[in-house]
Amino acid sequence: MYQLTDVTKSYTKSKHTVTALKGVTLTIPSGQMVAIQGPTGGGKSTLLQMLGALDRPTSGEVTLGDSTLSKLGDTKLAHIRAKEIGFVFQGFNLIPTLSARENVETALAPLGLSNAERTSRASAALESVGLGERMLHLPAELSGGQQQRVAIARAIVKNPEVLLADEPTGSLDEETRDEIMELLEGIWREKQLTLIIVTHDSAVAKRAERRLHIKSGTVKEL
Amino acid sequence: MFITYLRRELVNRRKQTIIIAVGMALAIALVIIVNSVAAGVKDAQTSVLGSVYGVGTDITISKAAAAPGEDGTDGPGQRFDFGADAGSTTDGTTAVATSRLTAGMGTSTFDATALDTVTAESGVSDAAGVLSLTNTTFDGELPDFSQMQQGQTGGAPGEAAEGTAPTGGADGAGGSSFNVDSFTVLGLDPAASAVGPLSAVTLTDGRTLASGDTGTNVAVLDSAYATTAELAVGGTIDIGGTSFEIVGLVESSSGDASTASNVYIPLDVAQSLSGEDGNISSIYVQATSADDIASLKTSLETALPDNTVSTQSDLASSVSGSLSTASTLVGNLGTWLSIIVLAAAFLIAILFTISGVTRRTREFGTLKAIGWSNRRIVGQVAGESLVQGLIGGVAGIAIGLVGVVVVNLVAPTLSATASTRTAGGLAAPDGAAAGGPGMGGGGFGQAAQAAATSDVVLNAPVTVSVILIAVGLAVVGGLLAGAIGGWRASRLRPAEALRAVA
Repeated sequence: MYQLTDVTKSYTKSKHTVTALKGVTLTIPSGQMVAIQGPTGGGKSTLLQMLGALDRPTSGEVTLGDSTLSKLGDTKLAHIRAKEIGFVFQGFNLIPTLSARENVETALAPLGLSNAERTSRASAALESVGLGERMLHLPAELSGGQQQRVAIARAIVKNPEVLLADEPTGSLDEETRDEIMELLEGIWREKQLTLIIVTHDSAVAKRAERRLHIKSGTVKEL
Repeated sequence: MFITYLRRELVNRRKQTIIIAVGMALAIALVIIVNSVAAGVKDAQTSVLGSVYGVGTDITISKAAAAPGEDGTDGPGQRFDFGADAGSTTDGTTAVATSRLTAGMGTSTFDATALDTVTAESGVSDAAGVLSLTNTTFDGELPDFSQMQQGQTGGAPGEAAEGTAPTGGADGAGGSSFNVDSFTVLGLDPAASAVGPLSAVTLTDGRTLASGDTGTNVAVLDSAYATTAELAVGGTIDIGGTSFEIVGLVESSSGDASTASNVYIPLDVAQSLSGEDGNISSIYVQATSADDIASLKTSLETALPDNTVSTQSDLASSVSGSLSTASTLVGNLGTWLSIIVLAAAFLIAILFTISGVTRRTREFGTLKAIGWSNRRIVGQVAGESLVQGLIGGVAGIAIGLVGVVVVNLVAPTLSATASTRTAGGLAAPDGAAAGGPGMGGGGFGQAAQAAATSDVVLNAPVTVSVILIAVGLAVVGGLLAGAIGGWRASRLRPAEALRAVA
């Protein structure tokens, strides 16, 4: 379960201070599918970064289960991300020089598995997203939708508690968007993980069981 | 995962890998070539010095020559006091044939008891004293100087002296005609063969001096000199007016080099004939360990404060010729060029690695987001740089070895002249006319003569240590670039990295 308590995040650039989150207090129970909507620059990605332990709040507290993410060091946060949090990005963010399977394996590298087990789990993950025949293809050899499937496989291969998706369909066409959302929903139901999707697309947000709106750093329930 | 990722990155970022590797290769090749040539030059210098001072001589001890009058004497030198009673005089012409054995100009002798002081020092394995001399023969006709001095009357200042016209001499008008010849003679202890000039020679005929030759008039000749002077084993040679039996011929062990002296005779005989009883001009010292040479030099300088103590490296500066030029070139230009090129190669590697990290900001941000620790990412970057450095190192070693092979195939011949502190000599052209009053008692001192002139073929050796240094440099270069690039990557905040390319 996520618990955010009075979380504020400010950035200073060239003597200009921008407050992306203003005193956000929020609880997200385990296994919930949440969509976070809002206009560009409203703080959606910043909120996702707080939830994903990618950054620390300027003030306030972020906890995931028993871990207070806002107080942990970089190494501990990396460990939590490695084991418990899966990410899907708008731009897919695959390593261009690695094949589809090798990209999925990068998520298992920090877990200290044997080569054989790592390869086996990566193959299974790709099979589960329908890319069993594209394991050895490089990202440049895959379509946008296929690349996002690889990214999803990478995110779920470690059986995380939380899956965070930042505009997962932002770079895809409508048909592919629906395919990807169905895939994510299917994974959410099957694995009973917490799925948090940041999107500006209402069609995507409607699929979630809970919707939040963030604007100018402030979160409201929809 | 590490190896796979590393291999893929190096292959896919081929241009960067090639540029870094080429820079490193050129720098390392230059280091290998410069080091090998420097080692070859040093070997050549040692070879030349060895022909003069003998193999195994680590330190030489001599004494700086005093200026005439400084020590209350007229100084060493060639003095031919012909006077009125030298040679036989007929019809105003004096025929002179004289042979003198003396220490040369520019040299100084010292008490041979210094040898006992040296051998008593700890760290001395062996030592031998030698006496360097020059035998000069004067053969010709001179006018009767006494008649010239009697016939002249003094004139007023500014006016020429009045008197009878000179007569006699080679031309009948008071002129002279003479030949002056000289050769070097080295007196040494026949029993001390382990160190000194005779330790660097090969016997070509007869025998070398033996301990039983002490006090006997026997001589060993340099074979090149013997050929020139048409002398052979079994013949005789006049030294200081005494006839010596030639018992052996020797030549330098190092190729074309001459030996240290034209003639070698027992030390006690040399001392007696030259009037330098109990004196020597040099001591050759062999240290027990090459590591102790510097400290031995210091203790010998303390024990013999009036003497000059020189190590091989001190004497290296006495080697002149194109070998010396090569030594300076390699030592100065070569070393600095290597340092500059190496620094440039390291800088290229660092800059390209940093550039690569910057280009891979999103990649590293993503890896951090999915759980890669800073240490894992730094290790990845450092590993890539290290491999690039090693590729450059291997290529550099190959290029360097090719360069060394080329040097050895070209095998340039360098000239080398090693001058000793003790050789002295004089040379006057045959038949020189030297007339005029006041000639009696004059000396012909000239500067010290080269003891060994040789052509040396430059060989550039490749040693394991040079290869290891090259590998070490490649590793250092790669690690340095990797450490700096890895540091840059570790400073990337995942959120910023992902935001940077959003």
